[in-house]
Amino acid sequence: MAELMGKQTAKLQHPPQVESFAACVGKKEGEGPLGTLFDAVHRDDTLGQENWEKAESALFADAVTRCIDKAGLQPQQVRMLLGGDLLNQLAASSFAGRELGIPLLGLFGACSTMAESLLVGAMILEGGCADRVVCAASSHFCTAERQFRFPLELGTQRPPSAQWTVTGAGAVLLRSMAQDGAQTVLTHVTVGKPVDYGVTDANNMGAAMAPAACATITAHLRDTGRSPEDYDLIVTGDLGAVGSELLHQLLREEGISVAPERHLDCGLSIFSPQQDAHAGGSGCGCSASVLCAKLLPELAQGKLRRILFVATGALMSTTTGNEGESIPGIAHAAALERMMI
Amino acid sequence: MKQLQSAKVQRYLALVNKLTPKSDLSKCLVRSFWVGGVICVLGQCILLAATGPMRLAKSDAAAFTSIALVFLASLLTGLGVYDRIGKYAGGGSIVPITGFANSIVASAMEFRREGLVMGVGARMFQIAGPVLVYGIGSSVLVGVIAWLAEVL
Repeated sequence: MAELMGKQTAKLQHPPQVESFAACVGKKEGEGPLGTLFDAVHRDDTLGQENWEKAESALFADAVTRCIDKAGLQPQQVRMLLGGDLLNQLAASSFAGRELGIPLLGLFGACSTMAESLLVGAMILEGGCADRVVCAASSHFCTAERQFRFPLELGTQRPPSAQWTVTGAGAVLLRSMAQDGAQTVLTHVTVGKPVDYGVTDANNMGAAMAPAACATITAHLRDTGRSPEDYDLIVTGDLGAVGSELLHQLLREEGISVAPERHLDCGLSIFSPQQDAHAGGSGCGCSASVLCAKLLPELAQGKLRRILFVATGALMSTTTGNEGESIPGIAHAAALERMMI
Repeated sequence: MKQLQSAKVQRYLALVNKLTPKSDLSKCLVRSFWVGGVICVLGQCILLAATGPMRLAKSDAAAFTSIALVFLASLLTGLGVYDRIGKYAGGGSIVPITGFANSIVASAMEFRREGLVMGVGARMFQIAGPVLVYGIGSSVLVGVIAWLAEVL
């Protein structure tokens, strides 16, 4: 049984191991600073499909398939697939699941879905309900624009605080059986609360999510008795330029100081400033692809020893937005560590 | 406790306001002025051509001008150019009738994949719809006021 720590964190008694991972992205992401690190860069954003929903679904399936392939396994050897995306009814992951033939648990945590799937996957493994699970998440610029904003060809301007939805997917294969040697393991899970400070501007998601990121990081450090210095990196999902600045201010108010070089925001690392992404990248695929293309490889190479992966999500819908609701944020944290087993 | 919470929230929203970068208003105004102006000049040229060489009646020429501008904007939307103009010019290319055409064609293109009835048919006016509803609605209101003024 996992050991409960504080109010929101659990320490896993049998930390699941990261067996393999894969990240697939679109053209713009491939042209970004992390371009060479991804397993696949799809130059054609449609992925040869007839509509954007199918394209995102194919992207999700591609990441999952590559991840399972890299472990040298067949899809039948994976007990469960846990994943989600930003679309209504989780269209991308559900329809990918139809092709993959792996038992599926669909998860929605907006852009925090990658962390949510890792958390739930780790809990399932700890509880002994599976021996291998794939945790995945995806987003696609064109499906997100359609659902949350405007038609692609509409001539509008984006304000400087707006973020660019990443076309990307990431998948991580977690296994419960202990294999000896140096392994990347998931040691602690902190489930976040929805936090709402009344931000209503859908073009300023970073501001809506920063309080949730602060709350989850604070809760994790308090529950575990750790300090930011215990981590090589505290990784946030997609706070972007505005949200990251706000997070540091909020953490300072809580008496926590995170050195800038110890914080990495996936949304700020996936695009360069010249790529016209304004405040940075966003979407489930943002934290998922950066985790699988940059962070997990660096853990495997020993460049990073221990990180706190805090993916952030804005829990809004276009309906609640029109009804005048503000945007609650959410953040979940997974502590990942390289250790000798 | 609740008041303390709201004080914290107020402080946060003020901080958000301070840290959120604003659009450069003077740049936006200059860009929308010259692009919007060029569109209007183009419209005027079409009108002059319609009343001059084409010898259309005044009311026919006005209709012809609108039709020509709407056609051009629709074509540019289909070619994937109008969204780039809009990104540069903002209100300059949204406010003229060309922006109206763009909003209809862009929606039609976006939802084409959902079929001709439930996609194009039902959602073509998703963005332009409110303009029509309130435009026609207010014209009726103004008409009633004008009629009352005449009667009284």
